[in-house]
Amino acid sequence: MTMMTRTLTLTASLATAMTLAAAQAHAEGAMEKCYGVAMAGQNDCAAGPGTTCAGTATMDYQGNAWKLVPAGTCTTITTPHGMGSLEPIKDM
Amino acid sequence: MTRLPDAPGIGFKPEHFEAIRATRPDLGFFEIHAENYMGAGGVPHAQLTALRADYALSLHGVGLSIGGPGRLDSDHLTRLRALIDRYHPESFSEHLAWASHGEAYLNDLLPLPYTPQTLRIVCDHIDEVQERLGCTMLLENPATYVLFEQSTLPETDFLAEVVKRTGCGLLLDVNNVFVSASNHRFDPRAYLEAFPMQAVGEIHLAGHATEDLPSGPLLIDAHCCPVAEPVWTLYAEVIARTGPRPSLIEWDNDVPALPVLLAEAARAGPVLARAGALTDA
Amino acid sequence: MPEAPFSTAFAAGLLGGAVPPGVTARDPAEAERRFAVYRNNVAHGLTRALASRFPVIERLLGAAFFTALAPLFIAAHPPASPRLFEWGAAFPDFLRTFPPLAGLPYLADVARLEMARGAAYHAADLRPLSPAALAALASTPDTARLVLHPSVQIIASDHAVGTIWAMNQPGAAPHDITDRPETVAVLRDRALNVQVWPLTSPETAFVAALRDALPLLTAAQAATRHDPRFDPAPLIGRLMQAGAFIAEPEEMP
Repeated sequence: MTMMTRTLTLTASLATAMTLAAAQAHAEGAMEKCYGVAMAGQNDCAAGPGTTCAGTATMDYQGNAWKLVPAGTCTTITTPHGMGSLEPIKDM
Repeated sequence: MTRLPDAPGIGFKPEHFEAIRATRPDLGFFEIHAENYMGAGGVPHAQLTALRADYALSLHGVGLSIGGPGRLDSDHLTRLRALIDRYHPESFSEHLAWASHGEAYLNDLLPLPYTPQTLRIVCDHIDEVQERLGCTMLLENPATYVLFEQSTLPETDFLAEVVKRTGCGLLLDVNNVFVSASNHRFDPRAYLEAFPMQAVGEIHLAGHATEDLPSGPLLIDAHCCPVAEPVWTLYAEVIARTGPRPSLIEWDNDVPALPVLLAEAARAGPVLARAGALTDA
Repeated sequence: MPEAPFSTAFAAGLLGGAVPPGVTARDPAEAERRFAVYRNNVAHGLTRALASRFPVIERLLGAAFFTALAPLFIAAHPPASPRLFEWGAAFPDFLRTFPPLAGLPYLADVARLEMARGAAYHAADLRPLSPAALAALASTPDTARLVLHPSVQIIASDHAVGTIWAMNQPGAAPHDITDRPETVAVLRDRALNVQVWPLTSPETAFVAALRDALPLLTAAQAATRHDPRFDPAPLIGRLMQAGAFIAEPEEMP
């Protein structure tokens, strides 16, 4: 195919694509808005968990915490760098 | 001050949206947290538009940091004004607290010492808010867990002076009174006796959590559960003095199914009706 | 020079510093534990906000690791505004450069995908292109431009971001996969649901060209450089169905 032919073919297929997509959209009519799935709101004025909360332990990342935690899913994701499980690091 | 009906309302949670649309519960109003509707479009605005068509709306801010010493965030005021212009809420309220420090938003309602200096700052901020938003706002009393040695004014005097200087109204959170009174060992009835009731435009009610410390219980304003019975008692006493007021149930953690929340709100109905009958008589 | 406001020491205390001077309690011996309520509120509230922006990251790391990691991110990159749904733009790079996570090189791109979903969720409401307007453009595919809705974003990765994201959705069954480059489109459909579509390389070239406001023919030519047999019809149909094309300004009411 010459460049010109190729362009003409592509132009024709685009025209067909748009005509088809427009007709399909007409056929479906107005899609009813179902307001989607709500992601939770994040701002509120409630207080949290009081005086006991693991989230606030100040930790530098030489701490033991990073050596203890495994990945959340038990799935193996093989990467070019090896298996993608959490590797505990030695003291930095 | 507020155009909300003197009826029970609940905080709107997106997970209740479909149930609200399906059942159209008989409620005076819904309250929303302004910051969750500051995106450009999408689901939050679609839901709010639909909700607004059927109910009165209370816009309740949590992020303006009125009690902080820093300048108010001008962009945030612009965003609040845009929400007010778009949805025309019957009321706008914010907290006697701060939430931002420098460039950081800390996402909590933090306490302030009550002094002539902080009083001036809060009044300046409220003047600015009311001017920028073009409406009178309600200021909510906080639930607190610590005290400040530098405080020289009781909270009720502080609030009364704010009302006097700015003309704003107050949002009286009865659970916050109960929580603070328990935490700081003062009498909630004495606090309510000193509270400038004529300025109250809305009432908040919520459930709190309790932890045991060596000196006694520590109450946390967790909005996690039903309103405690002593808070209902205080509420009835307040309404007997103020007459009927818009009364909101807040439930933000461990949010129950809509009927549970509606049943909780319905408990305010007879209290309001009794006070209404007295007012009408 | 005025003395530092009360909030300076208070804020420092919240983020790991000492109980600020002047903060007390009815039983002063309990000031520390009572101040801890605020410390916990800040840490817990922001950690949950971060988790709700990046639920798949939390799932991949596990709740314990995520809860330990979040305060480090919060200290380094606290939200700059009360609009928490915008917070987290620095999180992908934070994950990329956090040494204990060096073995999970795909995390940063999964975080970018979740960030894009949040942006799509809150993107502006713009009127979709009408079928009639699309049909009218069919006569001039060489010069016509199809304007994409602002929710449409392309996330290209050296890793299997789309697959990893999909298999960590509620109800999906995780399975073993081999990591390989993937590109996805993130967009919000007419029903306001945020969708994630895997894209082939010609499809990526086509959508990217539209994103760059190039004419339709130019976009199709870019796609055929990846696959000479590229047929634009299915993709144009899907994008139209999703409402991903928006009306030109003059078509607005």
